[in-house]
Amino acid sequence: MEPLIIQGREFSSRLFTGSGKFSSNQVMEEAVLASQSELVTVALKRIDMHNENDDMIAHLKHPHLHLLPNTSGVRTAKEAIFAAQLAREALGTNWLKLEIHPDPKYLLADGEETLAACRELAKDGFIVLPYIQADPVLCKKLEDAGAAAVMPLGAPIGTNMGLQTRDFLRIIIEQSTVPVVVDAGIGAPSHAAEAMELGADAVLVNTAIAVSENPVAMAHAFRLAVEAGRIAYEARLAPRLDKADASSPLTSFLYNL
Amino acid sequence: MTFFDIFQQHEWETTQASIYAKTAADVERTLAKQGKRDLEDFKALISPAAQPYLEQMAVLSRQLTQKRFGKTLQLYIPLYLSNECTNSCVYCGFRHENETTRITLNEAQTLREATVIQQMGFEHLLLVTGEHPRQNGPDYLKKMLKLLRPMFAQISLEVAPMKTEEYQSLVDEGAYAVYVYQETYNAGRYAGYHPRGKKANMQFRLETGDRCGEAGMRKIGLGCLLGLEDWRTDSFFTALHLNYLEKRWWQSRFSVSFPRIRPFEGSFEPNSIVTDADLLQLICAYRIFNEEVEIALSTRERPAFRDNLVQLGVTTMSAGSRTDPGGYTENNKELEQFAISDDRDPETFTTMVRSKGYEVVWKDWDMCLQTR
Repeated sequence: MEPLIIQGREFSSRLFTGSGKFSSNQVMEEAVLASQSELVTVALKRIDMHNENDDMIAHLKHPHLHLLPNTSGVRTAKEAIFAAQLAREALGTNWLKLEIHPDPKYLLADGEETLAACRELAKDGFIVLPYIQADPVLCKKLEDAGAAAVMPLGAPIGTNMGLQTRDFLRIIIEQSTVPVVVDAGIGAPSHAAEAMELGADAVLVNTAIAVSENPVAMAHAFRLAVEAGRIAYEARLAPRLDKADASSPLTSFLYNL
Repeated sequence: MTFFDIFQQHEWETTQASIYAKTAADVERTLAKQGKRDLEDFKALISPAAQPYLEQMAVLSRQLTQKRFGKTLQLYIPLYLSNECTNSCVYCGFRHENETTRITLNEAQTLREATVIQQMGFEHLLLVTGEHPRQNGPDYLKKMLKLLRPMFAQISLEVAPMKTEEYQSLVDEGAYAVYVYQETYNAGRYAGYHPRGKKANMQFRLETGDRCGEAGMRKIGLGCLLGLEDWRTDSFFTALHLNYLEKRWWQSRFSVSFPRIRPFEGSFEPNSIVTDADLLQLICAYRIFNEEVEIALSTRERPAFRDNLVQLGVTTMSAGSRTDPGGYTENNKELEQFAISDDRDPETFTTMVRSKGYEVVWKDWDMCLQTR
């Protein structure tokens, strides 16, 4: 399996994980370790940035794990930029999952504000991974604005509905020059495998692991699915045919002439 | 347009009759429905016809709550700042006519209270006052927000309804949420419960959610006082209110609470009894109707009841609460708004929550996310 490279950093795992919704920080840590994920997103609102002993952060202190702080909760570019700057200072990382969803019900991203914030933050030295709708044009604009990767959704956050945006993800993957991370909506390992088979560079999974009966086992299942999907993609899938080969080829008459 | 316009299109008696007319078939259809449920479904879920389906409702409610909120429970604590009140709500311990000591905490007293609260580990604070524009109005609250903002991750308000500009100024000082309960949506009976004071203006109260939304308040809390009028009808109107506000003020999040009338100084007897089974039915109905709404349950409720509701739809609870101003440094039962039923300290409470397989979330906001 080829390693994934985002802004010069190499990842041997193509599964990114979230840290919310777990029944305890201990379970979260075990699940993240079982997933072999190397990038974990953490909501700024859930942690105490100024407390070195923050319990959630303490459970994520492993040499192979990188934190990806997210701005969940902000409604505008201005709020996102302010929060990002504080996070960089307090957490010592310039990696950022840019989330601007002014709609608290479906947590759908505001493309306009996200683009504006991405432009500013990239200029300011941040490695920006924006969470967005599966909008191919917006993804290209974000690339131009300096995004290190794009994170289009498969379905609204937490819905576990799978790749509802499949046809648009295909276009995004085809056109993108930065890694495409399918984020949100992935509810089962089969969804993750499907995204990887489509050619996504990575997937981010949180709810489906955290809320399952056995988060550690589920994290393991997602690891296997992401690997299987990626290996299949690299091995190039056999084409899907609508029907069996025609029994009377259309060109066979040539031999009878 | 405000909620008042929607409200006027619904009559209490016909609404009530339509809830009680729901049948087992309506309930079954609602439970089997794929996708979002609507207000007619909500009526079925709170109807007497749904009582035999409570177990099924609880299973569904737990599943939907976990999907959205995970296996977590958020904690908050109220800080009663002032029991001074010019209203005469017949059911309330703070009512103007009650001859009790009136207190409004000054800055030094508030800081002392806040420090005790902080030491307990709380990050989410709810400021509570009676309605006394001179003593505890917007200017006083602004002062308190300035003082407390550096100490907490999130500050919410359960205070008298205000004008939009006043709410805006509180948002600027760091206010996150406003909780305003309608008490009852029965227009024919509202005046009887609220005979004097600003609260007698029912329309102004009905439009409070709209003013909060317009002011950019991040969360708006709704509810009715269970025990005043028929709880099913009042809850339908609360859901109607929620449904309207969600669409109109789409950038705010919403919460519902379920204050059940408790004994208090002045001994008001509930007109309509809400049993534990009723309250559970109502909470599950809300969750099945609205997967995103936050559901809060205070220490008015008994420990045995609260413990079991951790998993069934509730997302937010208070613990270690005092309802008398100054109560964290010196408890004075005489000054309480209502008696606490669950007086466990936060440590005992969080141990219980964890034993249910749930993580306690002390902090789910940061002042840095709301720049001025």
